[in-house]
Amino acid sequence: MAYSDKVIDHYENPRNVGSFDKNDPSIATGMVGAPACGDVMKLQLKIDEAGIIEDAKFKTYGCGSAIASSSLVTEWVKGKSIEEAQKLSNTEIAEELALPPVKIHCSILAEDAIKAAIADYNSKK
Amino acid sequence: MRFFTLFGLPISFNIDLDQLHAQYRELQKAVHPDHHASGSDSQKLLSVQKASEINDAFQTLKNPLTRAEYMVSEHGFDVRHEQQTIRDGMFLMQQMELREELEEIEQASDVETALDDFYDDVKQLITEYTDAFQQHFNQSEYEEAAMAVRKLRFIYKLKEEAQHLEDKLLDF
Repeated sequence: MAYSDKVIDHYENPRNVGSFDKNDPSIATGMVGAPACGDVMKLQLKIDEAGIIEDAKFKTYGCGSAIASSSLVTEWVKGKSIEEAQKLSNTEIAEELALPPVKIHCSILAEDAIKAAIADYNSKK
Repeated sequence: MRFFTLFGLPISFNIDLDQLHAQYRELQKAVHPDHHASGSDSQKLLSVQKASEINDAFQTLKNPLTRAEYMVSEHGFDVRHEQQTIRDGMFLMQQMELREELEEIEQASDVETALDDFYDDVKQLITEYTDAFQQHFNQSEYEEAAMAVRKLRFIYKLKEEAQHLEDKLLDF
């Protein structure tokens, strides 16, 4: 299966890899896993008092599409409000990266990681 | 549970692998398309279909993970093809940490021992979640059994990655 150029670019130069301190009150952590393939994704958002996402980091153990999907969303969510980030859908991710149907679950994983992080943020408030 | 009955096996996770192999060979022989070379086209097609079904069933039952996946899929939980994610934070955090640990093994002073210890941990997790799966399954708690199978997929993936690392380290 051929990966798109965008997937390869994110895979070879992943943006925003790493971790924040999950105990920091301004950090929201989303952990999700895809049982179909065993990929694990951690997405962390640094959210300011006005509810704007200042920064994002990720760590993903999975295939190229899963890494690219999470790398892409860390770029997309920066500067967005929580409400805007909540609306990001997997189809936008899949379209941007030109994911084939068998890799759609990677984009679902990334969308759910954002939602899990926002849920964590709301539970911390 | 057609796959089990095909091989004359009782419907249970703990199967007799010798019996599975022996039955598989018998069945393959019986449906081999060469036996039906003189038959009509529809007979030949039927024998090809049958052979492929037997092969499918054999591959599924031979491997403990796909066997467990098959057992819960027969009760409506198609975990192998589902798209939804799991969010069990504790479990995923542990999986993340184990993957980080595996990444660091390459730099360990005694790689072999570090890898052995790692395999021990993975095996223990496999036993733990396989037991949980069986217990729930035997009590007809299929939702819980399916969740144990989903988690097993992550653990077996981890084992696969440890094997890749081992191959890489032994292959220099």
